[in-house]
Amino acid sequence: MPSKKKAMAMYERMYLIRKYEETIYYLFLEGIMPGTIHQSTGQEACAVGMLFDLSKDDFMASTHRPAGHDIAKGVSVKSMMCEMFGKEEGCCHGKGGAMHTGEFSVGALTANAIVGGNIPIAAGVALAFKMQNKPNVIVCFMGDGATNEGSFHETMNAAAIWKLPVVYVCENNLYSATTSIKLTCNKDNPAADRAPSYNIPAEIIDGNDVLAVNEAATRAISRARKGDGPTILELKTYRHGGHSRNDACGYRPKDEEKLWIQDRDPVKLFRARLLAEKVATEEELQKIEKEQEADVQAAVDYAEKAPFPPLESALHDVYWEGGNK
Amino acid sequence: MAKMSIADALKTAIAEEMRRDKNVYCIGEDEDIPGGMGGAFTVTKGLADEFGFDRVINTPISEIMISGVCVGSAMMGMRPVADLQYGDFLFCMMDQLCNQAAKMCYMSGGKVHVPMVMRAPCGASNRGAQHAQSLESYFTHVPGLKVICPSTAYDAKGLMKQAIRDDNPVLVFEHKLLYGSKRKEKDAISTVGEVPEDDYTIEFGKAAVRKEGKDITIVANLLMSYKALEAAAVLEGEGISCEVIDPRTLVPFDYDTVLESVKKTGRLMIVHEDHYNCGWGAQVASWFAENAIYELNAPISRVCAYDVPIPFSPVLESYVIPSKEKIIEAARNLMKA
Repeated sequence: MPSKKKAMAMYERMYLIRKYEETIYYLFLEGIMPGTIHQSTGQEACAVGMLFDLSKDDFMASTHRPAGHDIAKGVSVKSMMCEMFGKEEGCCHGKGGAMHTGEFSVGALTANAIVGGNIPIAAGVALAFKMQNKPNVIVCFMGDGATNEGSFHETMNAAAIWKLPVVYVCENNLYSATTSIKLTCNKDNPAADRAPSYNIPAEIIDGNDVLAVNEAATRAISRARKGDGPTILELKTYRHGGHSRNDACGYRPKDEEKLWIQDRDPVKLFRARLLAEKVATEEELQKIEKEQEADVQAAVDYAEKAPFPPLESALHDVYWEGGNK
Repeated sequence: MAKMSIADALKTAIAEEMRRDKNVYCIGEDEDIPGGMGGAFTVTKGLADEFGFDRVINTPISEIMISGVCVGSAMMGMRPVADLQYGDFLFCMMDQLCNQAAKMCYMSGGKVHVPMVMRAPCGASNRGAQHAQSLESYFTHVPGLKVICPSTAYDAKGLMKQAIRDDNPVLVFEHKLLYGSKRKEKDAISTVGEVPEDDYTIEFGKAAVRKEGKDITIVANLLMSYKALEAAAVLEGEGISCEVIDPRTLVPFDYDTVLESVKKTGRLMIVHEDHYNCGWGAQVASWFAENAIYELNAPISRVCAYDVPIPFSPVLESYVIPSKEKIIEAARNLMKA
């Protein structure tokens, strides 16, 4: 168990992500929010454990399921909520949407909705750190499905040769959209089992144990910072909801869902541990939870009333115009 | 002033920019292997002697990785100049070019940008269908990309330096038969020309009038600009005066210069080695139909590669792509129209 301050801050982030995703889900059900959603509910420990110790000059590359990663990296919930509503004050000024949230100034790359698309880009970021003699690293998330993309294999090979300061994190939630990983890869651990092919060290971690994830992150980030090259971390986890907004998960066994969602919920598990190890009291945790709920609600209230972008803005930023805030 | 080939002018431009800006670097397959070729066409050969292998990076044969590394490093302030060996391999990196590089500035709401250069050797040269294509039109269709095609040594240096300094992804189409490098190509055209030693750039979106004329405006890029000039010389003897315009950059495209010419000639022909169907000439023709139809005294003529893969056999290959003879024939028909 880390210091009380760190443990409480980690719980706060995890709870904020959980509340944000739950709120988004209800806004969609009510038909208030446009677009589609790919939610990270259930994968909070991966995001917070991996990113908690990074500085804002370290970077993170996310996927079509970016909300947890973005919040864990420090993107403001208000700017993300505005983006979800397509508003001008969104983190992408309404041009990105749910699958492209991010904020360069806090080290969160524009999230990438092409499976595996962010993998070579993260290698490029890492190469830039190396060429510029910067001490920074990048953590690149991918789903289990991305390990079957050519971009994964091309990039692992090169990242290993060049000893790039990058940590590749496979959040293995057992399904590529609706297809079981058992049907799409002839290995039990689609990322970690392939790592030896590239001479990259790998670890398989309980992705719902935020402290285990955080300890593995510390090891991998330290390797990257020392110039020892990339690490592959395969985090075993589970998404509580479907792949996207209309997915009722008819392909998942009920006992599997019960095991992961009820018995292995990362937020509940960490909460119970904080209480059991007397790191926090029930009152302290409730106080944190109320604050996060209030923050998310304030973001919703703000975003709903915020103005849409002016129509002519759609014709800008195709080419660089010098940099928007 | 030095005389040099396009290959050497490109190398000079890249080397000058690497000296000027430490963020500029080269990356690609066989980029500069001692004893190797320097890309496929000698452009990057020897650069590592001055800049070292940390800035002249030889990669595995992994086009997705190469292009993705360009995108990621460019967002962090580097200015990669990537070499593709053959432009046909662009298809292996379409996601990174069209979904990533082209859209990153826009999707981020203008918060990030991707200053990268992708060099793509193009054109038919007796190598068969997968080492022959002129793919520039594909990329003119993607908002966020710029597309340029230098055809003289002077332009090669000035446009390459501009491309490296541009804050957006730029695809550079370089014709294999115009490089003029030591690597001999059948039917190559010598492009050795005067290249100033000073630090000059050529603004994108400025076409070059290669020959003035009064009867027909011929817009032709890369190798076809030379074929058009050869045809124009023959046509001159028949009393048909052609104005030959090399657009030099396709995105942005200099409609103004072509329009000024068409106002004078009243006839427009577009020649490219890219395919006919939806080739960039179709866009130019459509623009004139929409905006300047009353300046035209005859239908617009397009001379392009036939809509077939490029065949190997030299006789078939030259049948499929535009030639001096096809341009002459099209010009005669235009004057009759």
